[in-house]
Amino acid sequence: MGYRLGIDVGGTNTDAVIIDEKLNLIEKVKTPTTKDVTTGIYSAINKVLEKSGVDRDAISFAMLGTTHCTNAIVERKRLCRVGILRMGKPATMAIAPMVDWPPELVQAVGEEYFLVSGGHEYDGREITPLNPDEIRAAAAAMKGKVDAVAVISVFSPINAEHEKRAVDILREELGDLPFSLSHEIASIGFLERENATILNAALAEVAKTTALSFKAGLEQEGVKNASIYLCQNDGTLMSIDYAMKYPILTVACGPTNSIRGASFLSGYDNAIVLDVGGTTSDIGVIVNSFPRESSVAVEIGGVRTNFRMPDIISFGLGGGTIIRESGGEIVIGPESVGYRLTEEALVFGGNTLTATDIAVRLGMAEIGDPSRVSHIEEGFARKAVKKMMTMVNEGIDKMKLSAEPVPLILVGGGIILIPDEVEGVSEIIRPGNHDVANALGAAIAQVSGQVERVYSLSEISREEALNMAKAIAVEEAVKAGAEPSTVQIVEVEDVPLAYLPGNATRVRVKAAGNLRHG
Amino acid sequence: MNSIDVQAVEHIALGAALLGTGGGGDPHIGKLMALQAIKEYGPVSLIDPEEVPDDAVVVPTAMMGAPTVILEKIPSGEEIFRAFENLKSYLGKEIFATVPIEAGGVNSMIPIAVAARLGLPLVDCDGMGRAFPELQMLTFHLYGVSATPMVIADEKGNILILETINNNWTESLARSATVVMGGAVMISLYPLTGKQLKESGIKNIMSYSARIGKTIRNAWRSGEDPVKALLGVTGGIELFKGKVVDVLRRTEGGFARGDAHIEGIEDYKGETMTVKFQNENLIAMRGDRVVAMVPDLICIVNLETAIPITTEGLRYGHRVLVLGIPCDPKWRTPMGIETVGPRYFKYDFDYVPVEKLAGAGEK
Repeated sequence: MGYRLGIDVGGTNTDAVIIDEKLNLIEKVKTPTTKDVTTGIYSAINKVLEKSGVDRDAISFAMLGTTHCTNAIVERKRLCRVGILRMGKPATMAIAPMVDWPPELVQAVGEEYFLVSGGHEYDGREITPLNPDEIRAAAAAMKGKVDAVAVISVFSPINAEHEKRAVDILREELGDLPFSLSHEIASIGFLERENATILNAALAEVAKTTALSFKAGLEQEGVKNASIYLCQNDGTLMSIDYAMKYPILTVACGPTNSIRGASFLSGYDNAIVLDVGGTTSDIGVIVNSFPRESSVAVEIGGVRTNFRMPDIISFGLGGGTIIRESGGEIVIGPESVGYRLTEEALVFGGNTLTATDIAVRLGMAEIGDPSRVSHIEEGFARKAVKKMMTMVNEGIDKMKLSAEPVPLILVGGGIILIPDEVEGVSEIIRPGNHDVANALGAAIAQVSGQVERVYSLSEISREEALNMAKAIAVEEAVKAGAEPSTVQIVEVEDVPLAYLPGNATRVRVKAAGNLRHG
Repeated sequence: MNSIDVQAVEHIALGAALLGTGGGGDPHIGKLMALQAIKEYGPVSLIDPEEVPDDAVVVPTAMMGAPTVILEKIPSGEEIFRAFENLKSYLGKEIFATVPIEAGGVNSMIPIAVAARLGLPLVDCDGMGRAFPELQMLTFHLYGVSATPMVIADEKGNILILETINNNWTESLARSATVVMGGAVMISLYPLTGKQLKESGIKNIMSYSARIGKTIRNAWRSGEDPVKALLGVTGGIELFKGKVVDVLRRTEGGFARGDAHIEGIEDYKGETMTVKFQNENLIAMRGDRVVAMVPDLICIVNLETAIPITTEGLRYGHRVLVLGIPCDPKWRTPMGIETVGPRYFKYDFDYVPVEKLAGAGEK
């Protein structure tokens, strides 16, 4: 029997689970998240192994969903110095790279940027030809001053040729530094894609140490045979090598894991997921068992980016949310007692009225000492719940794409706050083990394969082109370790390149499947 | 207001997005260009049209093409100056000031960047008082001002000077050139005298945009209801409050057209509104009764924040206020209606002003 060890680092808790080959939950633990994150991960590994008694040699896979990369950006720590090569000159010169970044972050990555010729029009024509001498000159100027390089050319999501050629030249001059190519990171929207690419390059070192310290932590606990993965924010896994190339794709893997875990626990492939924590609630959407992606610019650490992120809305409602009365109105949060809930909430002998106390007063939950909240007027408690539910109902409605009622899955420690009546939903599911949905999401994460090619539709039909791309993506997923019978196509995108001879179309396909044991 | 500083740029961007009536594109890049120019060259002096001498020459500056293209192919920053300088030398005259052609996304911002860098005043005036998709849809056109000589410049350094027989030809020739030059270009056109500008322009549109933006932002800070503040400052007519329940989009005759269906809330519970758009919002129907139509302004804003929502950004679940604002009287003349009225956009009915339509429903 082989086992999987899944870990997810949250703002408050680091959770770990062990599941078997058939994805049955064997053991779960919750440990406090530590400031350095790594210590908390080590302690979670230790506890879950001790508690389960599973043979350490039988752990075949270990997967980690972590906040290391997000934290590094937010705290501006351990970031690489990045050489930036922007191709498009004379276009794009009006706005320099990183103009609206927080100054401390610019300082952390440095200002080694170079604007050179190249880039394409919206229809795939060259703006100007690529000039190798300019790129060599930029490389010479960067040499010794940068630890990683970001390469961005105009309309590279339509035509990536210049980015690829530039990297070949840069590698000749600079050796084997980590190179981030913008077309592999994000889509149309130049400044946002450039930002995401620079951040990705800046994270190269953090990704490496995170992966290696996870490996070391496992070895220290005697887990020596496991294949090691980091979680991406689309619900699939990255090998250590891949994670070092695309570290930015780990950002926001936490909410993704919780959505995927909720889907797994409930058996629903299409639903809304409400994850109620101690301080905030997140609402996400499962579409064919994967999280729906956000279509708007997302800020990370004060920087606008447009790379793939799960579509999540968050609002200030959790178990520790403070309830007050102000001018005859009930005010819900956004302040929260957070992890101090078990000391500060009334039912635990504290002095602060929290959302949890309201739930206990109305008999929605049995926690702590109910007699300590019996003095709260029932009318007041009902009004507070009504107000909380307005937040929930509005949030759910914002995330729906149509007025059709959909199933709602509740996960997280704070779901006791949610009564059985929610607007616009067809049913409410409260799955068992929902408190570790996120770590389960990490443990059940799949592996994927991706392909991106330009096909000429004058020679083959669009249908044939898509089928060829799909076959390659499936093959890649199997190569990455997927069980062939479980591989499915999860994403297809084809963008016609207008005005190009031969009626070309760019096809991108992603396939994902379950990890193969043994 | 007599100068545009960094703060004023933020106000104008927000206010002009409202007057863009769903069109005009994302102002982000334009705003960054205007802010950079002001930081480098100092605030821009905003002058009243009455301060422009009758015989002085004023040259409008703008972007033409797809706003989404400049989100990816950011300008070099030089093209708008080349367009301006080339028109200036073609005319062989001194240019007194620049002026925007429309209110909305990018095009409220470009002239600010031009004025800052060239040290020219910006005239508090434009040729639409809102946003429209074509070059002949300017009040300047209604008064017989020619759009040409016009200069088109791309980032590669290409310059095109157009002399045409009428403004409709200018639109179609310039549109074709825009596509060939990469989908987004900078233009300088409709050179006019101070006298022509005073006669044909829509006055005080920049300061109006700034006032709208400032009012909304002040409301955010003070905790006042931004939507109420917006209604107050615009004197607009509340047409509907509701939730977007469906947005149907289709391509028709080369244009992205669509309908947004909105289900009523509060006072409008049980009713529906349909807003028909083509780049900009064109027609608003409450039930099956038309309550506002182009060229009057139909604006859709977020019900909580009063932030304007573009037609690309409309989607299910948005809680919105639909607002009707009477257009400038210049658009309500026979030639104005012929140029931008409902029939020009292929709707088979005559123009009726929004204040009349809205009033009719109350009885």
